[in-house]
Amino acid sequence: MSYIIEMLNIVKTFPGIRANDDVTLQVEEGSIHALLGENGAGKSTLMSILFGLYQPDSGIIKVRGKEVNITNPNVANELGIGMVHQHFKLVHNFTVAENIVLGLEPRKGPLIDIASAEKRVAEISKRYGLEVDPKAKIEDITVGMQQRVEILKMLYRNADILIFDEPTAVLTPQEINELMEIMRRLTAEGKTVLLITHKLKEIKAVADVCTVLRRGRLVGTVPVKDATEEKLAEMMVGRAVSFSVNKKPALPGEVLLEIQDLKVKNSKGVLGVKGVSLKVRRGEILGLCGIDGNGQTELVYALTGLAPVEGGKILLDGKDITHLPVKDRLEAGLGHIPEDRHRHGLVLDFRLDENMVVHNFQKRPFSKFGILDYGSIRSNAERLIKEFDVRSGEGPSTPSRSLSGGNQQKAIVAREIDRSPEVLIVAQPTRGLDVGAIEYIHQRIVEERDKGKAILLVSLELDEILDLSDRIAVIFNGEIVAEVDAAKTNENELGLYMAGSVKKAV
Amino acid sequence: MKSNKRLQLIVPLIAVLLGFVLGSIVIIVTGKSPGAMFLALGRTMTGIDFSGRADLNMRYVGEFILQALPITLTGLAVAFAFRTGLFNIGAEGQLMVGSLAAVAVALLVKAPPFIHPILGILAAMAAGALWASIPGLLKARFNVHEVVVSIMMNYTALYFVNWCLLQFGSVDRVKTPEFPPSATLKSHFLASITNGSRLNWGIIPVILAVIVFWFVVEKTTFGYRLRAVGFNKDAARYAGMKVEQNIVFSMMISGAFAGLAGAVITLGTFNFGRVLPSFEGYGMDGIAVALVGGNHALGVFLSGLLFGMLKAAQPLMQSQGIPLEITSIIQASIVLFVAMKLGIEAVLDFFTAYKRKGPAMAAKMGGKK
Repeated sequence: MSYIIEMLNIVKTFPGIRANDDVTLQVEEGSIHALLGENGAGKSTLMSILFGLYQPDSGIIKVRGKEVNITNPNVANELGIGMVHQHFKLVHNFTVAENIVLGLEPRKGPLIDIASAEKRVAEISKRYGLEVDPKAKIEDITVGMQQRVEILKMLYRNADILIFDEPTAVLTPQEINELMEIMRRLTAEGKTVLLITHKLKEIKAVADVCTVLRRGRLVGTVPVKDATEEKLAEMMVGRAVSFSVNKKPALPGEVLLEIQDLKVKNSKGVLGVKGVSLKVRRGEILGLCGIDGNGQTELVYALTGLAPVEGGKILLDGKDITHLPVKDRLEAGLGHIPEDRHRHGLVLDFRLDENMVVHNFQKRPFSKFGILDYGSIRSNAERLIKEFDVRSGEGPSTPSRSLSGGNQQKAIVAREIDRSPEVLIVAQPTRGLDVGAIEYIHQRIVEERDKGKAILLVSLELDEILDLSDRIAVIFNGEIVAEVDAAKTNENELGLYMAGSVKKAV
Repeated sequence: MKSNKRLQLIVPLIAVLLGFVLGSIVIIVTGKSPGAMFLALGRTMTGIDFSGRADLNMRYVGEFILQALPITLTGLAVAFAFRTGLFNIGAEGQLMVGSLAAVAVALLVKAPPFIHPILGILAAMAAGALWASIPGLLKARFNVHEVVVSIMMNYTALYFVNWCLLQFGSVDRVKTPEFPPSATLKSHFLASITNGSRLNWGIIPVILAVIVFWFVVEKTTFGYRLRAVGFNKDAARYAGMKVEQNIVFSMMISGAFAGLAGAVITLGTFNFGRVLPSFEGYGMDGIAVALVGGNHALGVFLSGLLFGMLKAAQPLMQSQGIPLEITSIIQASIVLFVAMKLGIEAVLDFFTAYKRKGPAMAAKMGGKK
């Protein structure tokens, strides 16, 4: 059997952690090889070593059977290794062809020969089934198209080994299917694909072989056709994981949150939310799905008081809160688990116990006459840490920055649920978390619903929306384009609404 | 993995050490002996002449503490604003209007001895707070950068205060008439135990200010809000705090510290208002003090003493033939080394790794930083 890449017994230590501990990865030529693991399992470190961004402390790397020393990304490029980063590296006001040839421009004397560049790009894109318009500007094409440009960039540079770093995070379900088709096409043409992901479904759908890492160590390499999703998840987390959220049918009561014809400007000063109306009832979860950047963030900001409202109304249990400051909304019974936990959710330089009282520090028992009572603040944190299983090095005095992403999110969820708000706005509650933490947070959200709270769930993860919601609203270009019963819909239907190609009378 | 508290202490200490090493090298290059500098510094700090040629003279200690007083206060001013994420570069101007208010109270108000300086101090703090509220309000309302506004207001303060002081009836157009004895912070007691230095009761409000700073920032809900706003404005807003209001309050309290410095200089060190040809640099020194002190009360107190000592040692060093500028070089290099915090941490990491895992490992890690 011939391996195109062999990374043998790789060890990489950063101060305080072993990111890769004796990891061996062997990739067969022409296969799609998935690399699976939780956050911090060492996937990115391993790929960064392969791409020449880090040097291993020990271990051997062989490419096409020959031992190599990849000291920087240029060496990787020469060996035919290319990487599609999670965040694209494209020049937005350049055309597709200009972006692809950037750095290796064909010349006619001193001038760039753009015509032959475009011709070459068209050739490659035809060969691999990657349809793009070489003359289109990057800023005018969709995210899915931009990703194709990144792939073409590698192919133009004759890469044979293509590393994809979490490539589906930004795509719609339809675009994900197209991407998988492209990957299969690439391997059919003799290329090798290395896919970094934590989405089991994608691995099952497209990969041939899967290598699982956990806490820097190799758990195992298995052929995908023999492994179930449950098996892979267990390898990744180290224990059995339940996938479907354990949830009774909803018992919706009266409307607690009512949004009427809401209009909100986005950061560019134009309307990002163009007249949204929604109702969330007691005891139900309304899921709001859509592709990133279609007004979700602006809507959440307006609801929680972080952005001003241009028009329309927000009623919380019948009370008009449209123009109230944040504090008064919180008092009125609004809770908010924010999309960006580092920007809004936590003061990262505060200790964990200080972060647990950001809403309540001026109330008894946490302070009296304006003087903080650190004893109560500490015992409050101890209680929440225990109840919500927040794992921290030094308990309440742990610097919040040093918690892992999952535990930071658990801390925020603990704080918000503990306040017991009537209406809970939950934005992207599990972004970047591993399956264990996701399972836990989902369970807590459903519990809040069962206690009779109204929950608005905003998420880019379609699976999360489908698993948790009782009703689903789809937002496209700042408008609600569909509202459906969660039990009577599926990914494909939602995907069409999300792409704006179909509209359903609301 | 890393103890942050420990690093917070070690990095400034290393910076100070490196500053003195660099200063010594410069002295050696100019052909003098750094020993003379350390003798001068030792004498400034303790009054003892370690070369044994002169007797104990506590006046040096008194002058050293006197020099430390205003820069500790401007250090607190800068540090307080910094804890809210603001850069108050206007402590100089706030100090000047503080002096003006102290002069006005000293010359215009009649009050009994103990009460009179307290009134002067309160007026100076109020004036400093008012002056600092302008950049604060502009920042909160219109997002005008506080650095630009407060720098410009330093010049406004210089010429405005000079003009006002001359209205009190000047002596040679450089100073106001002397204050009545009831108004000053002068202390016969403190002067007598320090062999006639200018040390005065101004030391009391400075010590109180250090304690108040610590208590407000670390122990009160107000301080909690200020720290939250300073670390992360968005999270503070998300938690329902009024970020703009906190910006104004923070600038005002910062200004009050600087105004207090003005009162301490005017009522303590001198007993007349001074018409100044240019800035005296207390504001800039305050920035250095706050930076080296890590924006913490105790840190600012210690670095205030350090910089006060360097200032007070200048005349002694000069008498030993060491150029005055050496102390400025040391001061500047300490600030520079503190600013190179990350570099020092990287070097420390390198040595820890070296001790733990041997040279090869350390070289590998060090090479990657």
